[in-house]
Amino acid sequence: MNSFQEVFIRYRELMEIAVYGVAILLIFIGLYAVLTKKHLVKVVIGLSIMDAGVNLLFVGVGYITNHTAPIFSPGYEDAADKMVDPVPQALVLTAIVIGFAVTALALSLVIRLYRHHKTANIEQLNSLRW
Amino acid sequence: MLKKIFVLFLLTVTGVALWQSFRHAPFGENRVGDVENPETVSAFYLKHSPETLHTANSVTAIVVNFRGFDTLGEVTVLFLAATGLASILYRRKEDEEEEGGHLPVRVKLKSSTLVRTGAKILFPLILLLGIYVFVHGHLTPGGGFQGGAIIATGFLLMFITYKRFNVNHKIMVWLESLSGLAFVLIGLYGLVAYGSFLQNIPWTGRLNDLISGGLIPLIYIFIGIKVATELTNVLDTLMNTKPRKK
Amino acid sequence: MIFIVFLVIMAVILIAAAVYSVVQKDLLYAVLGTGVVSLVLSVFFYLLQAPDVAITEAAIGIALTTIIFIITIRNTTRDEDKYSEDLINRFKPEEDA
Repeated sequence: MNSFQEVFIRYRELMEIAVYGVAILLIFIGLYAVLTKKHLVKVVIGLSIMDAGVNLLFVGVGYITNHTAPIFSPGYEDAADKMVDPVPQALVLTAIVIGFAVTALALSLVIRLYRHHKTANIEQLNSLRW
Repeated sequence: MLKKIFVLFLLTVTGVALWQSFRHAPFGENRVGDVENPETVSAFYLKHSPETLHTANSVTAIVVNFRGFDTLGEVTVLFLAATGLASILYRRKEDEEEEGGHLPVRVKLKSSTLVRTGAKILFPLILLLGIYVFVHGHLTPGGGFQGGAIIATGFLLMFITYKRFNVNHKIMVWLESLSGLAFVLIGLYGLVAYGSFLQNIPWTGRLNDLISGGLIPLIYIFIGIKVATELTNVLDTLMNTKPRKK
Repeated sequence: MIFIVFLVIMAVILIAAAVYSVVQKDLLYAVLGTGVVSLVLSVFFYLLQAPDVAITEAAIGIALTTIIFIITIRNTTRDEDKYSEDLINRFKPEEDA
């Protein structure tokens, strides 16, 4: 039984890296694009990738091994013991829609800034008036 | 160069801090507990969703009924973003000419016959799928936001394919405002009749029926119409924008 | 066992698409990389037993976010290194010679 328990422990660590590690890496990549890039549209692309990483981290916290989706279909009405946590899913539903709204507003500001200053470089936008 | 090294150092510190703070929540551990005698919030929602509300989709029950006030906040944020976008960018009227004498170009080339015929067939089917998703939000995965986004994608297909397809802007604005008002009025009815905002009525049907869950399907229908018309307005404003005349 | 194989393959594609869309200089290809990130993320949400979230991410992240980025690129520059362009002359219909 030793090798079976070893496989089980390594399995869970691999899944932990595959979900938490990927989410943290996505936040990393998005934050690097926001801090370093000069073109305005690249900055908004980084913001969008960072939103995706945070939502993945949230849903990953609510997962329970070998349980199923929290919907009571006909025939499974008393399977409430084997369901995944439904509260993080409700919060992430709101967060995805708000992330899209923020991206749309940011892009409209980018278009307006380009039309006024004729440049999309954030180092050349140095006048505070509209 | 020095700036890039500093940024990488900052990001490494952030990454290590995030990783260390998720050590105490190992992946896949059962944090819900017993459902019969609930001790956590998730167990309470999983117990009362099929018993008291007779709703099959417990995520819908949380979003609309147990945490309904947060959904009102989300609808407000979406409304503010759409209004802000419409007030920053100018929208040209349908027959206005651009400077230089030629008509404003929305789609430059004429689409091929295959694309035009396919879009004409697919558009009512996409509308039907969107309406199905938000009417059955309490029985299957789905709901108001998903159905509204699917309908907006159907309108986007028609905007891209045809050069002169336009929606009536006034009707969309009126539909959006009336749906948002209906949502707030339903909440106020709960306040007047039962004592708390967005309280559900006590006549909920049987589990897995189409008419069950009290006010939950009605609220989701209004949210679905509101999100669909709002996203179509956003796309319409973005496609017909023009620079301001000096 | 097959579940863990799927997770690892999707994770590798996700990181590759995110790095591609930050590094690429042609902005149109970077935006399509963001669309691929949303698509693979939707499959990830389904594998973590969350079908509501998967439908929301698929409907909003793939179609709508990509199209508003493309409209913004049309109204500004397409290349990351060129910061200003003449917009009127780009949209003139072709004249007969």
